Amino acid sequence: MNAQRKTPPCRRQCGAAVRSPRGGRTRRAHGEGRIALIFLAPSLVGVCGMFLLPTLDVVRRSFFSAMGNMFVGLDNYRTVLQNESLRLAAANTARFILVCIPLLLMLSLGAALLLYRIGRLQNLFRTTYLLPLVVPVTSVVMIIQTVFQKNGLLSALCVFFGGTRTDWLNSEYAFLVMVACYLWKYFGYNVILWLAGLAAIPESYYEAARMDGASETQSFFAITLPLLKETLFITLVLALINSFKVFREAYLVAGRYPNNSIYMLQHVLSNWFSNLDMQKISAASVLLMAVILTAVFLTQLVLERKKEDV
Amino acid sequence: MKQNRSLLPALVLLVAALLVWMPLWMLFTGAVTPTGEIRERLSGVLGASEELARWRLLPQRVTLSHAVELLLDTPAFFRVFWNSCIQVLPAVAGQVLFGAPAAWALAQFRFRGRRMLFRLYIVLMILPFQVTVASSYLVLSGVNLIDTPWAIILPSAFSAFAVFIMTKFFAGIPREMLEAARIDGAGEWAVFFRIGLPLGLPGVLSAALLGFLEGWNAVEQPVTFLKDASLTPLSVFLPATTVENAGVSFVAAVIALLPTVLAFLYGQQYLEQGIVASGIKE
Repeated sequence: MNAQRKTPPCRRQCGAAVRSPRGGRTRRAHGEGRIALIFLAPSLVGVCGMFLLPTLDVVRRSFFSAMGNMFVGLDNYRTVLQNESLRLAAANTARFILVCIPLLLMLSLGAALLLYRIGRLQNLFRTTYLLPLVVPVTSVVMIIQTVFQKNGLLSALCVFFGGTRTDWLNSEYAFLVMVACYLWKYFGYNVILWLAGLAAIPESYYEAARMDGASETQSFFAITLPLLKETLFITLVLALINSFKVFREAYLVAGRYPNNSIYMLQHVLSNWFSNLDMQKISAASVLLMAVILTAVFLTQLVLERKKEDV
Repeated sequence: MKQNRSLLPALVLLVAALLVWMPLWMLFTGAVTPTGEIRERLSGVLGASEELARWRLLPQRVTLSHAVELLLDTPAFFRVFWNSCIQVLPAVAGQVLFGAPAAWALAQFRFRGRRMLFRLYIVLMILPFQVTVASSYLVLSGVNLIDTPWAIILPSAFSAFAVFIMTKFFAGIPREMLEAARIDGAGEWAVFFRIGLPLGLPGVLSAALLGFLEGWNAVEQPVTFLKDASLTPLSVFLPATTVENAGVSFVAAVIALLPTVLAFLYGQQYLEQGIVASGIKE
């Protein structure tokens, strides 16, 4: 810290303000590297100690036998990939993500488009839609049980309209309950993201389009959608992160072994974990990490390339 | 004609809003409905009969007896509430304490490896808990912190998401402003504390708010790292609900959501800014 204070202000000024392409910039960059390291150190120490180094250890363990001293190559991976429950869970998780994320993005975009034009009551609706995000899981569980149990309110509604009662949580419908739960919770989050994206589009674009005789539908496809693509990548990533969190509701409603339709990767991993099955969980963690990061990387690649085309 | 066109969207939005309001209204009314009336309506749901559930918009009578029972006669509830507080608040404090300087460095300093580091934080933010659970467990059991509040606090205090959000906010502060302060002889810490933090306060608040929501809702961490029942936080506290104590459970559900909902109503602008900031491209 002292060293910093002694640095003559002139040097800083030259480094940043002049921005000479060679020497000055590099010297400045080096100077900032040192101070940056000081600012970053506490966080980096924690991140390395809590996550990075242990993750490397997990990668190492995934290649070793249970005692941790015999190299077994890809054996653990083979065991994991042949595991029936992991296959079921992987399929369920993929299905959940593929159903939920497009639904969420489309519904919230629709609502954002409606809200954007509505003006007067926008604040009320925004507050309303964001509210589920802050309702704790335990409270949500109370609601889920009242509504979706066999004798619950949804069954009552079905009977009222001449149907029969269904045990929503212990049948294939459990999958839909989880989808509904996810949509309910993160709808507002995405509405806000889209609204920000919409607000960033200059009104003059639409005016110009109108002058050229474009219809509202035409300007939506020619202006709104392409420009919203800017935020699509991070929106997708956040939706993916959040999709893994429905495990909380699923776990609190249905426990470790729910209906097969909602037996997710999160269940498998946490069940293996509670059996202290370190080999399996190490290999599965590494695999899942690889899949998620590849998916994110590919999405970014596709979206970035499309952007260049525009 | 014009009125019709704005009426339909409003109607659609209203239906969506009802889907939010109705379940929450149900919780609130459940909390003040006398046990007799709850038995009448929910006995099928609570396993006491096979009757279908019914619900009225308003209870016939209103009672505070459940609230009184929970607050006066249920010490277990206070314990879990307190457990939540001591697990969540230090974690949020840590997120700001460690995260804000790191975010400042990532946003405002130019140094080799900056982009790589930022990517690293994004990667850590993306990975779900189940992927890092083995690694976290190895560390926490290595230093004997399993079954202590620190098992929840430590991993959460180094949350990559907090760093990510704050970096986004700090990056919005113009560098010229900082250069001006540096020319006036301010050190890097002074620049951070006198300019960075005040101007980036919305970012810090929104990271803290999101961190608080996340912590208050933590399920995976306490279930995995806390075997000792006396450490159970509110987020995984699910008393067996029967007809007799259903009212109390409703009150518990309402009280559990009060801190987060109040924090939300107070800091909605920061929450929204945080959501928006996370969507801004670098």
